[in-house]
Amino acid sequence: MAREVATHCPYCALQCGMTLREGDAGVTVHPRQFPTNRGGLCQKGWTSAELLDHPERLTTPLVRDPATGALHPTSWDTALDRVVAGIRAVQADAGRDAVAVFGGGGLTNEKAYALGKFARIGLRTRHIDYNGRFCMSSAAAAGMRAFGIDRGLPFPLSDLGRADTLLLVGANPAETMPPLVRWLTEQRGNGGQLIVIDPRVTATARQADLHLQPLPGTDLAVANALLHIALTEGWVDRAYVADRTTGFDAVRRSVAAWWPARAEQLSGVPVADLEATARALGTGGRVIILTARGAEQHAKGVDTVTAYVNLALALGLPGRDGSGYGCLTGQGNGQGGREHGQKADQLPGYRRIDDPAAREHVAGVWGVPADELPGPGVPAYQLLDSLGTPGGPRALLVFGSNPVVSAPRAARVEGRLRDLDLLVVADLLLSETAALADVVLPTAQWAEEDGTMTNLEGRVLRRRALRPPPPDVRTDLAIIADLAARLATAETPATQPAAARPGAVAAARFPADPAAVFAELRRASAGGAADYAGISWDRIDTDDGVYWPCPTEDGPDTPRLFVDRFATPDGRARFHAVDHRPAAEQVCATYPLHFTTGRVLAQYQSGTQTRRVAALRRAAPEAFVELHPDLAARLGIDDGDPVRVTSRRGEFSAPARLSAGIRPDTVFAPFHYAGAGRANSVTNDAVDPISGMPEFKICAVRVEKA
Amino acid sequence: MTARVVIVGNGMAGARLAGELHAREGDRKVTVLGAEPHRAYNRILLSTLLAGRIDEPDVELTEAAGHGVDLRSGVPVTAIDRSAREVRTDDGERIGYDHLVLATGARAVVPPLPGLDPANLPERVVPFRTLDDCRRILAAADGARSALVLGGGLLGLEAARGLAIRGLATTVVHPREHLMERQLDPAAGAVLAGTLAGFGVTVQLGVSATGVAADASGVRLDLADGRSIRADLLVLSCGVRPDTALAQTAGLTVRRGVVVDDRLRTSDRSISAIGDCAEHDGMLTGLVAPAWAQAQVLADVLSGTDPLARYRPRPVVTRLKAAGIDLASMGDAASAGPGEELTFADPTRGTYARLRIRDERLIGAILLGDNPAVGTVIQLFDRGHPVPTDRRALLLGRALGTVGATAAASPALMPDAATVCQCNTVSKGALVRSWRSGARTVDAVVAATRAGTGCGGCRDAVSGIVDWLSQAESVEVTR
Repeated sequence: MAREVATHCPYCALQCGMTLREGDAGVTVHPRQFPTNRGGLCQKGWTSAELLDHPERLTTPLVRDPATGALHPTSWDTALDRVVAGIRAVQADAGRDAVAVFGGGGLTNEKAYALGKFARIGLRTRHIDYNGRFCMSSAAAAGMRAFGIDRGLPFPLSDLGRADTLLLVGANPAETMPPLVRWLTEQRGNGGQLIVIDPRVTATARQADLHLQPLPGTDLAVANALLHIALTEGWVDRAYVADRTTGFDAVRRSVAAWWPARAEQLSGVPVADLEATARALGTGGRVIILTARGAEQHAKGVDTVTAYVNLALALGLPGRDGSGYGCLTGQGNGQGGREHGQKADQLPGYRRIDDPAAREHVAGVWGVPADELPGPGVPAYQLLDSLGTPGGPRALLVFGSNPVVSAPRAARVEGRLRDLDLLVVADLLLSETAALADVVLPTAQWAEEDGTMTNLEGRVLRRRALRPPPPDVRTDLAIIADLAARLATAETPATQPAAARPGAVAAARFPADPAAVFAELRRASAGGAADYAGISWDRIDTDDGVYWPCPTEDGPDTPRLFVDRFATPDGRARFHAVDHRPAAEQVCATYPLHFTTGRVLAQYQSGTQTRRVAALRRAAPEAFVELHPDLAARLGIDDGDPVRVTSRRGEFSAPARLSAGIRPDTVFAPFHYAGAGRANSVTNDAVDPISGMPEFKICAVRVEKA
Repeated sequence: MTARVVIVGNGMAGARLAGELHAREGDRKVTVLGAEPHRAYNRILLSTLLAGRIDEPDVELTEAAGHGVDLRSGVPVTAIDRSAREVRTDDGERIGYDHLVLATGARAVVPPLPGLDPANLPERVVPFRTLDDCRRILAAADGARSALVLGGGLLGLEAARGLAIRGLATTVVHPREHLMERQLDPAAGAVLAGTLAGFGVTVQLGVSATGVAADASGVRLDLADGRSIRADLLVLSCGVRPDTALAQTAGLTVRRGVVVDDRLRTSDRSISAIGDCAEHDGMLTGLVAPAWAQAQVLADVLSGTDPLARYRPRPVVTRLKAAGIDLASMGDAASAGPGEELTFADPTRGTYARLRIRDERLIGAILLGDNPAVGTVIQLFDRGHPVPTDRRALLLGRALGTVGATAAASPALMPDAATVCQCNTVSKGALVRSWRSGARTVDAVVAATRAGTGCGGCRDAVSGIVDWLSQAESVEVTR
């Protein structure tokens, strides 16, 4: 008898509904009707089960042999003892903050919560951050300061299908979350207008009614010009601005300086296209503006998103039926992963770690005095950049992340990791980061664990286990629980009664059962911005997911935010005047081209998983450098020629792919690949001053035939 | 580090410099003295204000106030005492400076015509330069039905378009043979005149004005050809002259403007000048972009951010901004000379393009009307980047050659390797193979290949291939 469960895809934030069946032929994937994907799946989802029994799957802990330098299989006891000994040695020598934790936006809510708690009261370090910093942090910060809350889409995804005008800024869902495109098709089928802003003619841009193709790094100026036009054409919703917002006058004055011709010269977007876009936004009925990584992954990412939020507010969109601003979250649990304490400055429920009331509440749930909680740490890149340096952490625990491929200026990050006293990586495959580790801990896969994920709509979903993990593989929660217990035991000799011993206390504090963790998460998040108190696993099953905030079990959840008020103290949204500033690195004679990075359909993030799936590897086997035929001709490069891309920080090589769909002053590469084809070897590690987001989307490079 | 910076002028240049200084680190006191009694405003938006599309607050610019910036509007400066390093204001106050910046701008030229006394213009005759001018024009336009604009340059045409939007029958009188003769060639001027006519703006070319007569009921403009045109108001747009009076009196070197070097210094090292009042390398700026570039350089120098910063003029792009008119002119486009020339003209639809190329670089362009590549052309010109191999891209825009390979004419012509379903990487060959393995309906082919299960965008293409396969098979059977 075949087993089957209804669950969701392991990959992106769309979290497509799927059914897994285990039969004689192994595990098969079947698309499931769910309100987001409506029965659609892309190739990544279809092939996701292939990793469950993959020959390269890690099935036993590995430790590095100091003599040979090689990783060897070992027992869990040996591996965890080594981890605990390493942590204790480093903390004894350099203090608690000498150990850091690095999480991921793919971890379930339960794991993200447990990891944050483990860092704060298990390790008692302030240093925890996660790869979502490279993904959602700019949109999150912009949302927080404008709306007082950060939920990717403040409305259900289905609103996209009803929009009269839909503006996508730096978003390419046709490659990154293909089933979402069904909503775009519906939108256009209903007579809606789709407008895409992207420096490349992407698969998404090709479907647009209007495509604006700005120079990378000029999206902010484009937004300010759009608002300028809306002002001069009388499309600003003055009543909404007066009743529901503050700070408009400063924005009005700042965008007065962005007349369309000025933005045109900077961005290359014709004034006529700016005007047409502003008209579609300003005169449409239901209007939605969405940003994604193209707008956000800049050293001015927060301000860029803010410029689009300003535009949306000035037009009176947020909170209006069928309208609004949103961002398209990237990673599977990019939303939930940024709510429950994986962020350096955050406690569960989207609370701030420097807020005394928040500390008091969470410490109460955790059963520790509030003053024992550490203060805020530092954002991801700053953390990675400080590893192994004087004063920086000397041990790092990585869960569900592969910064050797995904971090900017990756060679530098690789060097920092090598300088650690102790690197521990929990993963299901030997990622490029795991390959550098002293201890590698094999973890369960998505089909082997229960828990919750929060999708791009802020809808909390259930992930269900089809089968148990292989014998010598553990869940992240079990690993955290075991580490916490061992660390506590090591703290004092066991002279007390068993149940009062630190190890037993710690074990009780860190349950390995996800249901128990979720129950605690609900209490910890209660009263916070991201309030899960009223969400139960049963309710998720009954209702096809539950939208936070949902403070009570009997009360409603919140599919639509901002209908009556914003989550600010006075209930009003806040405008912030923002101005264009140049990219952190300008082109010059030595590095004359703009370089930008992105994704391809058949790969996911750092590719640890998808590069090992045969069909995906066939579809997108290696990195490439996309460049315009005119540029290629000037450089003497033919289609398929190996080319080298060099920046001030490093180089990578990949075959040329000629495309008239990219600006001749810009080259593009996907970042999913490791080794010689690692695009992040050249990217800029300049970060946004507010969000800590690195500038993945623009730097200066030289391109030559390799 | 300069301790006390005094900026004379709170217009586009002066306000910008204050903002640039404000944004830079350092301990200094900046005093901005604006003669006009208003907040800093955006002169570029005055024609939109004239058109009645926005209100006065909408032309306000961000002001750098506080944090060491003392902003005083309605305070004209009457003299500079260079030896004492002081400026004197019209209420007698003396304000000391360590560095003085002149950003006094330019004044509208009142043509020497009988009936026009620059010091005492009739109520219904107004130059178009300042916010106060704008107010006067609007007051005169209230209840008016017709307007005259003297001068068919950039600003005159923007004013004319604005007045036409208000519903006034507007006539532009221009002494030259075609409009905007500094930026356009005759053909472009003619197309532009046609576009304006469509908006209710009449153009009288090649005729000078000889006199003005105005009273409370209206204005009469007398022309050299003996005609007279009557209207309810007359707007003067006959160019501007740098406001150099303070500099001249203070003994600074002045030619057409206050002469400055690459660091924007005048003949007195402690005094700089930027914007419309400054003359750099023999050139007056007259546009916002160079004025702002000068403000940035001067802020770098004064703040010590980059003491070696130098002002390097960039090629100027002129953009006529008026509803329904899309005109860009840059470089040396109007004249003939060596090199390539691309032209396109569709005067009936108001479109005209002329581009001049030398050594693979644009040396000038005029683009009027619907030119989808205008953004690209401006950037290529501004940055001196090489032009596309296929020159048509400059005329037709990025759409050329980038349209996706959707919907091939017939599945038969599609190569087997062509990807039909991007989401699941399904080629035409894979669809054909599934058919040959027994899948006979769209749903069966989809189930076998997963084509169409992602974004769903290829469903039509898959159906097309299934139809084609069905037909091909029936043909084979018949045979």
